[in-house]
Amino acid sequence: MTKLGSRIFSRLVIIVPYAWLVFFFLVPFVIVFRISLSTTAIAQPPYEPVFRLADGISGIIDNIRQLSFDNFVWLTEDALYINAYLSSIKIAGISTILTLLIAYPIAYGMAQAPRTWRPTLLMLVILPFWTSFLIRVYAWIAILKPEGLLNQLLLSTGLINEPLIILNTNWAIYIGIVYSYLPFMILPIYSALEKMDHSLIEAAQDLGCPPISAFWKVTFPLSLAGVVAGCMLVFIPAVGEFVIPDLLGGSQTLMIGKTLWTEFNSNRDWPVSAAVATVLLLILVVPIVFFQNMQAKAEERGK
Amino acid sequence: MKSLGNIRRSFAPWADPDSKPFISFKNITKKFGDFTAVDNLTLDIYHREFFALLGASGCGKSTLLRMLAGFERPTSGEIILDGQDIAGIPPYRRPVNMMFQSYALFPHMTVESNIGFGLRQDGMPKAEIAERVRQMLKLVKLEQFARRKPQQLSGGQRQRVALARSLAKRPKVLLLDEPLGALDKKLREETQFELMDLQQELGLTFVVVTHDQEEAMTMADRIAVMSHGNVIQVATPAEIYEAPNSRFVADFIGDVNILEGKVKAAGNGRIEIAGDDFTVRTVGDAAPAIGTGAAFAIRPEKLKVSRAAPADAAINASEGEIWDIAYLGDMTVFHVRLPSGKVVKTSMLNAQREVENPIGYDEKVWVSFAETAGVVLKD
Amino acid sequence: MTKWSRFNVASVALGFAFLYLPIVLLVVFSFNESRLVTVWAGFSTKWYVSLFNNQGLMDAAWVTIRVALLSATIATVLGTMAALSLVRFTRFRGRMLFSGMVYAPLVMPEVITGLSLLLLFVAIGFDRGFWTVTLAHITLTMCFVAVVVQSRLLSFDRSVEEAALDLGATPLRTFFEVTLPIIAPAVFSGWVLAFTLSLDDLVIASFTSGPGATTLPMKIYSQVRLGVTPEINAACTLLIALVTVGVVIASIVTKRREVQRQRDEHAAFAGG
Repeated sequence: MTKLGSRIFSRLVIIVPYAWLVFFFLVPFVIVFRISLSTTAIAQPPYEPVFRLADGISGIIDNIRQLSFDNFVWLTEDALYINAYLSSIKIAGISTILTLLIAYPIAYGMAQAPRTWRPTLLMLVILPFWTSFLIRVYAWIAILKPEGLLNQLLLSTGLINEPLIILNTNWAIYIGIVYSYLPFMILPIYSALEKMDHSLIEAAQDLGCPPISAFWKVTFPLSLAGVVAGCMLVFIPAVGEFVIPDLLGGSQTLMIGKTLWTEFNSNRDWPVSAAVATVLLLILVVPIVFFQNMQAKAEERGK
Repeated sequence: MKSLGNIRRSFAPWADPDSKPFISFKNITKKFGDFTAVDNLTLDIYHREFFALLGASGCGKSTLLRMLAGFERPTSGEIILDGQDIAGIPPYRRPVNMMFQSYALFPHMTVESNIGFGLRQDGMPKAEIAERVRQMLKLVKLEQFARRKPQQLSGGQRQRVALARSLAKRPKVLLLDEPLGALDKKLREETQFELMDLQQELGLTFVVVTHDQEEAMTMADRIAVMSHGNVIQVATPAEIYEAPNSRFVADFIGDVNILEGKVKAAGNGRIEIAGDDFTVRTVGDAAPAIGTGAAFAIRPEKLKVSRAAPADAAINASEGEIWDIAYLGDMTVFHVRLPSGKVVKTSMLNAQREVENPIGYDEKVWVSFAETAGVVLKD
Repeated sequence: MTKWSRFNVASVALGFAFLYLPIVLLVVFSFNESRLVTVWAGFSTKWYVSLFNNQGLMDAAWVTIRVALLSATIATVLGTMAALSLVRFTRFRGRMLFSGMVYAPLVMPEVITGLSLLLLFVAIGFDRGFWTVTLAHITLTMCFVAVVVQSRLLSFDRSVEEAALDLGATPLRTFFEVTLPIIAPAVFSGWVLAFTLSLDDLVIASFTSGPGATTLPMKIYSQVRLGVTPEINAACTLLIALVTVGVVIASIVTKRREVQRQRDEHAAFAGG
């Protein structure tokens, strides 16, 4: 292999994935934005104007004149969309907090486990992730139904007298999100806790700190990077979640992922769904950039 | 800085039958499952003493220190600190502080808040904390680093922050777990003396765990040599070196030649041992039975190598042949092969820059020593 | 020296119960005689039989496996390249944008990714079907592969590569003979991750697929919407069994290799 060959190889290593992501990840967003400025048409594709090179420059300029922000104005005027955005953020936020509250003790317990057990425990956290997400959400229907297993259990123990209505409420969505995203919260927190030098806790205790206060003054602040990463990994996708609100939330629940899906698949209004997606992306851009920076920083530290 | 000589020379509370120990380990046993880390150990440490626990890894020295700090509970026995049994007291209520081997500095806090951490736990007023932290920073000469994070400090600076943090609460006892282990040789030697000065200045009791015998010999008033969860000998560095009580201690501390033989005569403060190469005559009060086996330990620097035969060639002397020579600069080490085939190690100070006709390889020499040069081992 | 307190044991045990209980129930009720998913009416394997007679589900499963195999393989190549660029080339034009594009799909809501890819395919006039789903899955999963391989590369001892270069291997040969064998386990787990993600995906596939390319999750989704049937439980149980067998085999292989390695080291130590 010549020196030139090696140089070409190292160029390719960068260029191929780069070009792929530009074409399949970046360009589509530009297209989404462009179509969000179009109007619906009964045609194939179902929007206009459609840019065609055959129209020549004057034709394209003509087409650009037809673009408008009407769809975005429409989004602000219809309370349905605004409510869907707000309720998505609220549901994702509450679910993220619930996930954190449940995941932290699990991650902490795992990090305290005997060293030889830890790989097994870690594997057990990742394993459900390898079974279908759809299936795991579906399993909850049978549990949460009015005549479902949870109600059967609670009724038979006498804790309740009539079935709890959980399915098709926001509570079902919270449960679904917590359940599906739990590993994404456990893993970063666990890895932060596991890396921590146990002598730091001993040092805190040695200096007069009782165990619980040592946890809040030393352990928790040092696991904060993992907590933030976990919250990002749960919150951002949960805002745009479709499957969970669709299967567990029923028809009453309002989440933007579901709205977008309906707009696109049932109403076949492509420009409005593109506008919905654009606004969702704008809402999420701050947390996404924050997440990217955190990843990049972690990568720097790894070096 | 004042010389420590006068204070140190007169400091020997362990020799005074009226003085009471400050820390007492009484029949301490610590088991981890089947493994016995500390085995029925009894040990006294006195107020203001600089005490070293010395031993190889796994000898139980760290476990002992951690029991004193409160991180481990003894399986049986009691630990008395300043007249109080502390076995049931959790680490955060004990008047002792520890300097950790890894330093265990809180990475999310500045140097200042690390040092002030313990004081904040006690609810000390803010102004007082600031003042104490300032004093501590001055003590360890890190005033200009107060607002740095531990990651922005060198190894030596981190060590000093850890020291300042553990001293800030003015503990009754400071525990140091391999305090200088992570430093390079030169820094380690400087810091040894700094620690000694500090201990004298503050008048505290220091208990240090180390596997480095030189470090223990330099710093400590007394050393406990440990092995397999037990204390083998507790004595001053000089006693440990010059009068080891056992083969283990003699071997563990410094270099030693052990000459085996049978007791030929004993009495009047003298013991005679007949060995293969030497007939040893040494001072000693013990009176072992005639004919029993005995081991005589002698350090390399106390063996004399010469071309000429000593005056009394029958006692404490043997012929031999130079087997190996190692020139170390300040001294030269000769390995001398004795007639029985045993090789002894001797070292000779190079008092002059050049020696005419130095002793060379394969030369026939005499090895000899004085009656007070060695010691008969007890086991 | 850490103590596993009762609180810790309890939180881990409850956490795992929460994670596994729904899956266990799903498996149990796949053997239920009754059509009702919540009432136990005796043991039966009839749903498995009817599952295998359900041609629609079987076809969808076949499409899904083909998509997953193909997209995971290509995504692994692209993702490994992306990881190499990120770790080894710290300075090139547009690196910030590049790392942004690698991390963003990890958290990007699937509806956005799916919609945007669909609009791309429509805009360039690419007929929707098997290939569009595959391309979409490559794009999504290559970023996961990149992150997995990247973390391995970060802990990689560069001096091994330098030794190869020093001994006269060209950078390219060094990569294939030294680097790749060392990072191979991470590359493999990246592949497995990509495969499962592709197998699992509903939303992106729904947007980007066309006639004749219905994947298993899409099929399951449409049936679930119509009502819960134990047939789906049976299909899920088979998928879970497949994954479990894979994981168990993988862990046995790694454990055996680990034991062998320790034995070798021990022998080398005793011999030396």
